[in-house]
Amino acid sequence: MGTWSSQRLLDCSVAKARRRTGVLPNALRLLTMTAAIDRRKTVALTQTPDFTLYGVTLASRLLLGTSQYPSPAILAEAAHASSADVLTVSLRRESARLREGQDFWRLIRDIGARVLPNTAGCYSVKEAVTTAQMAREVFSTPWIKLEVIGEADTLQPDVFGLVEAARILASEGFEVFPYTTEDLVVAERLLDAGCKVLMPWGAPIGSGKGLNNVFGLRALRAHFPDVPLIVDAGVGLPSHAAAAMELGYDGVLLNTAVAKAGDPIAMARAFAQAIQAGRAAFLAGPTQPRDMASPSTPVVGRAVLI
Amino acid sequence: MTVIVNGEPRAVAAGTLAEALQALDYGEARVATALNGEFVPARARAATPVKEGDRIEIVAPRQGG
Repeated sequence: MGTWSSQRLLDCSVAKARRRTGVLPNALRLLTMTAAIDRRKTVALTQTPDFTLYGVTLASRLLLGTSQYPSPAILAEAAHASSADVLTVSLRRESARLREGQDFWRLIRDIGARVLPNTAGCYSVKEAVTTAQMAREVFSTPWIKLEVIGEADTLQPDVFGLVEAARILASEGFEVFPYTTEDLVVAERLLDAGCKVLMPWGAPIGSGKGLNNVFGLRALRAHFPDVPLIVDAGVGLPSHAAAAMELGYDGVLLNTAVAKAGDPIAMARAFAQAIQAGRAAFLAGPTQPRDMASPSTPVVGRAVLI
Repeated sequence: MTVIVNGEPRAVAAGTLAEALQALDYGEARVATALNGEFVPARARAATPVKEGDRIEIVAPRQGG
């Protein structure tokens, strides 16, 4: 069993449950030891009831982007079908004649979800900070999905600029959701800078490749059992989202996989179901893969028919 | 006076950023502004002078991932 095995993850979750529930350590140790034979009790302990981001408790663990839908009506229907409580939005230049932004804002308000503005397309700390400041005023929220892009082909975050921008924004009262990599050291720096949520990428934005580095994501989860972790970007299929949740991630943020699907509304529903299934599976304590076969049917009592 | 509005040169008769927004027909639109790369909060627009060649960015909500 490797260092970052699911057992370690389970242990971390139990530790997290202990901190949150105040259950006696002795009772927990016993439960952890007997997890395999009495899984129900462990499940009850590892069930963290809430998905809470910066003090806001959300019912859905899916965060949905609002870009690239075939029409505003389909966006609205997909958002409802997804049950997402949080929608990501951006800021772009407004024409006084076309006023596209005003129409879009009415649509988002009518959907009724909380918004998470982003700093998409920013390549410098200065651009990202100024965009965040403008977003806070326009959207009336301290939440900011902080993107500082470092490389155009992969849209990989510039993690150095990200940490710097996060520190500035946190000091100005922002509640920062950093789009980052699975790097543990960067994660630590972001937490030091004041972030209380981390959003590592699954794969490059819009690539639909799923979880590119499961080992890294598992390590991040195990290292930071108390920090809400959301896989953001690269998720292409509901199975990818379910896999993230099975690793113990707290949520998934996606856009393209729903918006560009043949039927975005049906796909939004499929993602919602996958995320619920993945979360339930994590709480249920998945079995470990093994190299050799292990008969599931009892060996004892087999008839001798030679 | 010519200022650069969202990357385009525009002739406006305005002494402040608030006056420029009115002259450019933004009215009561939900927008945020930056002057020469620095954020200018809505409450500060009336006290923020604009001059020839200034770069004004005017942004509004849009789709995002």
